[in-house]
Amino acid sequence: MNNVIQVEGLTKMFGDFTAVNAITFEVEKGEIFGFLGANGAGKTTAIKMLIGISNPTSGKATVAGFDVLTNPEDIKKNIGYMSQKFALYDDLTVKENITFFGGIYGLSRKKIKEKSEALIKELGLENVASQLVGSLPLGWKQKLSFSVSLIHDPKIVFLDEPTGGVDPITRRQFWEMIYKAANQGTTVFVTTHYMDEAEYCDRVSIMVNGKIEALDTPKKLKEQFQAESMNDVFLKLARG
Amino acid sequence: MGISISNISKSYKNVKALQDISFDVKPNELFGLIGPDGAGKTTLFRILTTLLFPDEGTATVAGFNVVGDYKEIRKNVGYMPGKFSLYQDLTVEENLNFFATIFGTTIDENYDLIKDIYVQIEPFKDRRAGKLSGGMKQKLALSCALIHKPKVLFLDEPTTGVDPVSRKEFWEMLKRLQQKGITILVSTPYMDEAALCDRVALIQDGKILEIDTPEAIVKHYPKPIYNVRANNMYQLIISLKDYEFNHSVYPFGEFVHYTDSRTDFNPKELRHYLETKNLSDIEIQETEATIEDTFMELAK
Amino acid sequence: MKRFIGFIKKEFYHIFRDRRSLFILFGMPIAQILLFGFAITNEINNVDIAILDHSKDTTTEEIINKIAASKYFSIKQMVTREADIASVFQKGQVKAVLNFEKDFSKNLIKDHKATIQIITDATDPNTANTITNYISAILQQYQKELNKDITIAYQIIPQTRMVYNPELKSVYMFVPGVMTIILMLVSAMMTSISITREKELGTMEILLVSPLKPFQVIIGKVFPYIFLSIINAVVIVMLSIFIFNMPVQGSLFLLGLESVLFIITSLALGILISTISATQQTAMMISLMGLMLPVILLSGFIFPISSMPMPLQIISNIIPAKWFIIILKAIMLKGVGLQFIWKETLILLGMTVFFIALSVKKYKIRLE
Repeated sequence: MNNVIQVEGLTKMFGDFTAVNAITFEVEKGEIFGFLGANGAGKTTAIKMLIGISNPTSGKATVAGFDVLTNPEDIKKNIGYMSQKFALYDDLTVKENITFFGGIYGLSRKKIKEKSEALIKELGLENVASQLVGSLPLGWKQKLSFSVSLIHDPKIVFLDEPTGGVDPITRRQFWEMIYKAANQGTTVFVTTHYMDEAEYCDRVSIMVNGKIEALDTPKKLKEQFQAESMNDVFLKLARG
Repeated sequence: MGISISNISKSYKNVKALQDISFDVKPNELFGLIGPDGAGKTTLFRILTTLLFPDEGTATVAGFNVVGDYKEIRKNVGYMPGKFSLYQDLTVEENLNFFATIFGTTIDENYDLIKDIYVQIEPFKDRRAGKLSGGMKQKLALSCALIHKPKVLFLDEPTTGVDPVSRKEFWEMLKRLQQKGITILVSTPYMDEAALCDRVALIQDGKILEIDTPEAIVKHYPKPIYNVRANNMYQLIISLKDYEFNHSVYPFGEFVHYTDSRTDFNPKELRHYLETKNLSDIEIQETEATIEDTFMELAK
Repeated sequence: MKRFIGFIKKEFYHIFRDRRSLFILFGMPIAQILLFGFAITNEINNVDIAILDHSKDTTTEEIINKIAASKYFSIKQMVTREADIASVFQKGQVKAVLNFEKDFSKNLIKDHKATIQIITDATDPNTANTITNYISAILQQYQKELNKDITIAYQIIPQTRMVYNPELKSVYMFVPGVMTIILMLVSAMMTSISITREKELGTMEILLVSPLKPFQVIIGKVFPYIFLSIINAVVIVMLSIFIFNMPVQGSLFLLGLESVLFIITSLALGILISTISATQQTAMMISLMGLMLPVILLSGFIFPISSMPMPLQIISNIIPAKWFIIILKAIMLKGVGLQFIWKETLILLGMTVFFIALSVKKYKIRLE
């Protein structure tokens, strides 16, 4: 079985309000999966269930082979997470940040040292390794933050609006890193409401009012909706 | 009644936020300032709205000097800072009322100007601003910035964090405001919004890269661009970057945008090269440049 | 004027919609006064003590009877030897032992001076201190009666100080302090927080870009707090009068005026704090560390200034709260008028003018 995420009829109710309405999908190993939707469409609620911090009302989901209801702790060990809002500590140096996050995931000191050196070299951060992260340009921070989210070799990495506001060149470098990770077998789960980020994904799902209304490759979705861009696809879906 | 900026520079401790910026916004123009976070957009807005002094250079807004005539400017401009500065604990109506009062006017007096924006949120006028969705906050913030009938409107990243539907509606509203004779300077990090402006300035690291109409900017792109795709994206990017004749290689959605350094580039050669790299399902097709391509070419 | 009223209306919306600050505003004064009045009281009742009387003459007997008659002490046992004192304390039977010197009466008549030793169990230093004070007070009282018709006074030396509080009621001592703290907190902390909140939200940018003048923004922000602080002052005085039967000797009108002066001092401090802090959190920290601690520690509210080391005594002079507490005590407890506190009032006034001038100068009409 090659599906790293398997979701079936996953539902979450808050009182009478159905935040997530029986969603079903699966994500393959090494796939870049875009999870799209407007604010309030139910994206965040769905993610919380997938990473094991919120219990579904009904339905079933397994992530990295573990059931979200019965083995949430095993899930947490096998996923990485990066958000645009919170990524790294500005008042720690590059090295300290890496060491800290390595420590959280229980890496040995030797392993952290290895990883840290490799990571700094790969990103070309040798000269700034002892500088505070807060003093780095935004683009560097985000690339570093992505690498740090992969420090424990997770099976799946969740990215929350990873490239909003970044300059176009850095953004490309960021996507190259994502392609590389996916190529090495890490599944990448991108949540965003920026439609241009969606164009980069292998497959995307679009959530509207708690339901997944569309799920396919960007190319096929654009054909299906006779749209020029994912933005148009989204507009057509949302306006009905 | 437009905006005129000449040789503005501004530094913070050790960061040069703006370096020798000059451009004019014509009266009744919808002008876009396009650039990523940290490019200096907000600093420029703050100088133009008299909140910051420039280190060097001068600027006028609606004919008034931003340093000397700050009182006049403050009466004549509408300003919508990033992150929708509203009082979260006041209702929609109370927010609007408050901003009307401090500008010495009333909602009724200028209702015609904000009408088609405000009617969309009027059903929620008793709801606290903190409980509104991003799109509704954006509309309320715009109503508040317009309530005193400003001659010039400054909108700092009004579409950041707002869903595509609200973004589209927002730009439609701006077009209508422009028809009512308001000069609008709007900033955004989204390159695709550039096409909606009359003219745009591309800005990065405190420097203006280019100022022109969106159509002209795209036409200026010096080389033919090719959409390339293959069965493995990562391998494709690596291979293209290794190709000795490449000028630029940028992933662009489901494609890679490729330009060649030679003038007599033949796509067949490239296809051949990619096939030797074990790639299959190769597609190579000439395509049109976008604002983003130009931006990257200029920022390179 | 319409703009101004609109502004103030908005401020009141903020205050009344924020349950937490509303609770701090009105819950705290009441809670503090009641807490200090009832719970953290320094009063003592029926404390067990022992007596070691080396003289056993009429004077010592009279003193012992006086102490026994007070409701504060009950004499648990008589000790006969110095050596027994330690064991009495060890058993925890008494909190204090009174040791009358030999030939107490004779010494008093011959040298006009006699000594009594007050030994207290200092495991609870506060109670020990209070016991000493109470016993000293009783001795003083006795001495006064003794000296009524005598030209050369007899002196009983207990080696302790008396505080100005004839009824030894601790709640009276706390009211001026608590009132000072609360006025300071409400005025300075709440204004600095409410101004920095606008900075954090970004609404300050819009206010600055509006035609509102900076002083209008400031007055608009502080005005509601002047009003609320006055209500608080009234509530505190009413509580002290009606719940603790505290007599306010002086003029209520003067008390009101002085309070308004102090409220304005605190507001000016609050504005000053807001000009140097960018976030609500910083404003809160500066208010707590920079204002509350000095008020509690250095104003003479809890620790008497006269017993502080010299450098601290000098520093205490620059704390507005010190002067306000002196004024409050003078009006409430001594019942004096302005002619006795004009100096303190003038100092407070000077500080207020200074802080207002400084904060107006520091307040920026721009962002830098």
